[in-house]
Amino acid sequence: MAYSQKVVDKFEETLKNPEGASVGRWKPGDKDFHRVGTGIVGAPACGDVMKLQIKCENIEGENRIVDARFKTYGCGSAIASSGQLIDMLKGKTLEEAQNISNQEIVDILELPAIKIHCSVLAEEAIHRAIDDFKSLRNND
Amino acid sequence: MWYNKFEMDKKYLFKRNNVWWVKLAVPVYLRDKLGFDLRKSTGEKDLEKALLVRDSILSEFKAKFSSDIDRKPSSETNFSNKTTYLDYASTTPVDERVIEKMKECLSFEGAFGNSGSRSHVYGWKAEELVEEARLNVSNLLSCDPREIIWTSGATESDNLAIKGAAYFYQSKGRHIITSKIEHKAVLDVCRQLEKENFEVTYLDPDESGVISPQAVKDAIREDTVLVSLMQINNEIGVLNDIDQIGLITRENGTIFHVDAAQSAGKIPINLSKLNVDLMSFSAHKIYGPKGIGALYIRRKPRVRLQPLFHGGGQERGIRAGTLPTHQIVGMGEAFRIAQEQMEIDHKRLTNFRSILWNGLKDMEEVYINGSIENGFPGIFNMSFNFVEGESLIMALKNIAVSSGSACTSASLEPSYVLRALGRPDELAHSSIRFSFGRFTKKEEVENTVDLVKNSVSQLREISPLWEMYQDGIDLDKIEWA
Repeated sequence: MAYSQKVVDKFEETLKNPEGASVGRWKPGDKDFHRVGTGIVGAPACGDVMKLQIKCENIEGENRIVDARFKTYGCGSAIASSGQLIDMLKGKTLEEAQNISNQEIVDILELPAIKIHCSVLAEEAIHRAIDDFKSLRNND
Repeated sequence: MWYNKFEMDKKYLFKRNNVWWVKLAVPVYLRDKLGFDLRKSTGEKDLEKALLVRDSILSEFKAKFSSDIDRKPSSETNFSNKTTYLDYASTTPVDERVIEKMKECLSFEGAFGNSGSRSHVYGWKAEELVEEARLNVSNLLSCDPREIIWTSGATESDNLAIKGAAYFYQSKGRHIITSKIEHKAVLDVCRQLEKENFEVTYLDPDESGVISPQAVKDAIREDTVLVSLMQINNEIGVLNDIDQIGLITRENGTIFHVDAAQSAGKIPINLSKLNVDLMSFSAHKIYGPKGIGALYIRRKPRVRLQPLFHGGGQERGIRAGTLPTHQIVGMGEAFRIAQEQMEIDHKRLTNFRSILWNGLKDMEEVYINGSIENGFPGIFNMSFNFVEGESLIMALKNIAVSSGSACTSASLEPSYVLRALGRPDELAHSSIRFSFGRFTKKEEVENTVDLVKNSVSQLREISPLWEMYQDGIDLDKIEWA
């Protein structure tokens, strides 16, 4: 199966310059960790695990994603899909982020049919991260 | 030495002007330098005396090969902009010598005739070449040429052997034994027979991938008509003890079929000593063309099969269809060359596997799937934990390898072979099969070591599982979404 050049580029870019591609994490104890929502989806046994973190700030009364980081275990298109999601998230309000659909990732990366689940995983990851962030708020 | 088991007889000897000469084909990668083959007279007219001198001449030849094997690439050879092929277990390129022989069987000037035409010289010539090829194949395997039937490849041979024997002997019993890690060409045939009310036992391998003779013994019943097992596993390279298993099947009067697609021409096979009744072969795994294979069918004690193809009565009525002379000649030549090069090929492969494993074994969380002690060195399967196999293949973009990862298969299931070894799914997803061959160069393997190390650490850098492992989190205890 051949991937589109976009998947290949995104994958290679991530590998060569992980920091620039927002690979990384915030961990407990980090400054601002209370403003980070984390979503982990997938399972090692299925061959895909995506961990997404979003950092939010309240700007003019709305929670906006000011930064995001990820780590992904999975095939090339899963890694490219995570990277693509990150690009789409930054600056969005939680509501806007909630509405990102996997189809947008499929279209941008020209994912083959058999790899659509990678984009679904990305969509699930952002939903989980948002839920996690909101639950943090509730505990405040 | 492993190759001493190999019966040599008049191998490597030919007669010229009444004197015996030694001839040894030069490996392809050395041919620019040393020519097509090396020849030297023994100076003896008597075969027995010539045989005494032969080995020392052969070692003289081989010394030339090995001193040249690890030579540094010349300045104009540049591997870096080429993709290294490490997928020989999947298929091999055709040896140039084989191509030359095949070309002679196609055009009007060549032996294009139908080997079944008995009435003219065109047919006779084709038949002669087909029979010469059959002799080459039977020489490699120490069997009678009449025991070799041409097929379209190992898949057809497996089908013909298993279905043919099951149908023919169904009045004796309907039980078949095979293993969980056979090639699909065996497993899917067995599945089909189950639908036709045959009963199949799928044996579990041990954790290294070996089917123990004892397991066969325990599973065998009075109504077991057939045992079908492979000699070398295509994914992990592990060898089964077909010697021992043959003793068990023979004692029980059960037919023993062995899929030798990966082993023929790579390790010595002596069918005159083995209790094997049916054996499948393929040409394209051993530098012959695709689309041709053979099935060995034992004559004493005689094994009978119900044919799958009916037609013009070719191949003793067991496999009808006009014989493809060029394909057959190609397979014969490939098997002939394999016999000459087996020893030197095997040595090189062993060296490559050592380079790879010694280069990678100190990495954290790497596992061998299969075994080094009991494995064919041309196939080496490893898992790199916390890195998904397909992404690793993508990162290793200048190296052609394959993976047991689900993502490389259409079914999205990880390798059934690795699962049957009891490997957890995540390790099956993280597996890579490296398979070396006749045209692999030492530098390519060394480069592969560096590239794999580098890519694995890059991918671990972005792997959440590696992060958890580093944090000391037990991944088995996590409830995954």
